[in-house]
Amino acid sequence: MALPRHILVALVEDKPGVLNRVSGLFRRRGFNIASLAVGHSETPKLSRMTLVVEGGEGVRVQAARQLRKLVGVMEVKDITGSHTVARELALIKLRALAKDRNDIINVIGIFRADIIDVDVDTMIIQATGDAEKIEALHSMLLPFGVLEMMRTGEVAMVRGAAGRRGDGVVQPIVYEDIGGV
Amino acid sequence: MKLNGSQIVLECLKAEGVDVMFGLPGGAILPFYQTLPEYPEIRHILVRHEQGAAMAADGYARSTGRVGVCVATSGPGATNLVTGIMTAQMDSAPVVAITGQVPRAMIGKDAFQESDVTGITLPITKHNYLVMDTNDLPMVIKKAFHLARTGRPGPVLVDIPKDVQTEEIEFHGYPEVAEMPTYNPTPDVNAADVKRAAQMINAAKRPIIISGRGVNISGAHAQLLELAEKAQIPVITTLLGLGSIPGSHILNVGMPGMHGVAWASMAIDEADLLIGIGMRFDDRVTGNVNLFAPRAKKIHIDIDESEVAKNVIVDLALVSDVKNVLDELNPLVERKVHADWVGQIDEWRRTHPSLSIRETDQLLPQYILSQLNKESNGESIIVTGVGQHQMWAAQHFISDKPGRFITSGGAGTMGYEVPAAMGAQVGNPGKVVWSICGDGGFQMTMSEVLTMVQNNIPVKLAVMNNGFHGMVRQWQELFYNKSYVATEFHTPDFVKLADAFGCMGIRVTEKEQVVPAIHEANSHDGPVIVEFVVPVEENVYPFIPPGGSVGSMVEDPNFSTAMG
Repeated sequence: MALPRHILVALVEDKPGVLNRVSGLFRRRGFNIASLAVGHSETPKLSRMTLVVEGGEGVRVQAARQLRKLVGVMEVKDITGSHTVARELALIKLRALAKDRNDIINVIGIFRADIIDVDVDTMIIQATGDAEKIEALHSMLLPFGVLEMMRTGEVAMVRGAAGRRGDGVVQPIVYEDIGGV
Repeated sequence: MKLNGSQIVLECLKAEGVDVMFGLPGGAILPFYQTLPEYPEIRHILVRHEQGAAMAADGYARSTGRVGVCVATSGPGATNLVTGIMTAQMDSAPVVAITGQVPRAMIGKDAFQESDVTGITLPITKHNYLVMDTNDLPMVIKKAFHLARTGRPGPVLVDIPKDVQTEEIEFHGYPEVAEMPTYNPTPDVNAADVKRAAQMINAAKRPIIISGRGVNISGAHAQLLELAEKAQIPVITTLLGLGSIPGSHILNVGMPGMHGVAWASMAIDEADLLIGIGMRFDDRVTGNVNLFAPRAKKIHIDIDESEVAKNVIVDLALVSDVKNVLDELNPLVERKVHADWVGQIDEWRRTHPSLSIRETDQLLPQYILSQLNKESNGESIIVTGVGQHQMWAAQHFISDKPGRFITSGGAGTMGYEVPAAMGAQVGNPGKVVWSICGDGGFQMTMSEVLTMVQNNIPVKLAVMNNGFHGMVRQWQELFYNKSYVATEFHTPDFVKLADAFGCMGIRVTEKEQVVPAIHEANSHDGPVIVEFVVPVEENVYPFIPPGGSVGSMVEDPNFSTAMG
């Protein structure tokens, strides 16, 4: 059975070595990391990281707390759940023989993906969506022959006003939430 | 004022009140060293190996409560610090390590004596810095000391390229405040949780406290005692929590866990409420976590939120400085008497032999340590290594004062006892410091005795000579049918060794020589190596095998359990 996935979003100081500290922490503590995406945030000198962590409740809580403990990590939120939108970008290069092209175009139409490069017998598809959608698209394209795939890992955000930093609405590390820690 | 990087670091250390550093120079840290004569108020002690510098800084820090400082050059100098830094990290000791790095332009070129020291020490420091801009130096030093001593203390490493040490810039003074908006070392006490904790304590019939190093770090001894006495809660102390309650106090239970006293393990097993204070449920304390304190509701008080529910699931966590929590908690706790419960623990104490030393003509380490305990009257600072001698020392050394027992707990670093005792003695020049050494660990770091001789640091070193890595041998005896693989070694003539080192040496082979030898060592103004020739096949009891519980506790077979 697949382990539960938790989406942690961390606001970190934009300094050399921060990514190294985060990835080192996850390796050292034995937390399973499904994806990690990082980039500038809306605030200068702060970056936002989206980490998708796999594991039980203990891993979820420990990962968030250990992350928060790192010097340079300002805030950690667990935003797993229906109130969250999560998206990643995937580039998929696949074999696209003339006889298959119409079928491929049909599939990617359903997934609202785009063809961004076409060669004699290959194509590069660009798709965005949550991890589940990308996986579904990938499995639909497999029969044609997937030559290469590259995924960014999910970035995620809470819908509505609750997602704004500092409003105190989404605070994962509250003892009541964790229930009988 | 124009100063170079080395002068700036030393100005900052001076402003920080640093009066001593332990270190060893080399190419990449040489500009810093050559500036030292300009700062005579900062004493430098030249160690024989950089691990000695890190461990001495650690011993200094633990025995004084101040930040210990060590210095090393780049590459091998810095990597030699690693074991000492890891030891400090595991036991939350405030240490600042300063290392030289190759010049900025050479970084990444595999230059001579280059190593990625911030990368190497990343998982074993609280934080570390590579200073690439000389203008950052004052604030980095400020932050390093701030991080090392606040919240849950720990080691911080500052790596300084050689050309940063020589570059001249305008120095505007040591910053007053460490600008760290994302660092909140001491969370506020949650009043609602304090109230819940008080309710749980007031409702308990068989409460127990396990107090750890956090109580010693926080200086919450009076608060702990008040809580224990007010609600009559017996106090178990972890290895690093020894001394957090006076050893002779009626509510002091002793050490729990793998080699803890039987009555502590039994009390944990029977308790209906367990309050962990400034401790982290280490596996040496808990054994099998599923069988640990199975009847108890659990409250965890600690400054480090990430320790909560890491090893043991608890019912309530209070995350803040232990002293702050107890200051708010104690007034809400009702005065109670738990006569039956305290009496039950006393009954176990009377009927189990955990601290009993059998009658024999042999020179037993337990006997030596109990004599040393008597002679030091709780005043000496005891620094131990790791292994059998450490456990016997923890069992038999009882002090009414905190900060008298220093040992490598979490890391279990053999050889710690020699340099850490040196650091403790430097930090406490008026006190008697005894280093309790295994003969294995002593041979790892004995070169620092030369540092003691050179600087007249009068540590008394008690070496337990059994010619074996004793604790490993004990495991081989009990788990591997006495197959003593790679645990026996040749030991030097320690008296001759002392002579060659230039210090006093005493050999003790008989029981009646023990006390006179202690007196002779104590009255000598200089380091002394006292070799105690002890039996080989002597085991530490009680013993709960790893992953076990109170049900699998093995007690000293020389005594019947029901002592009567």
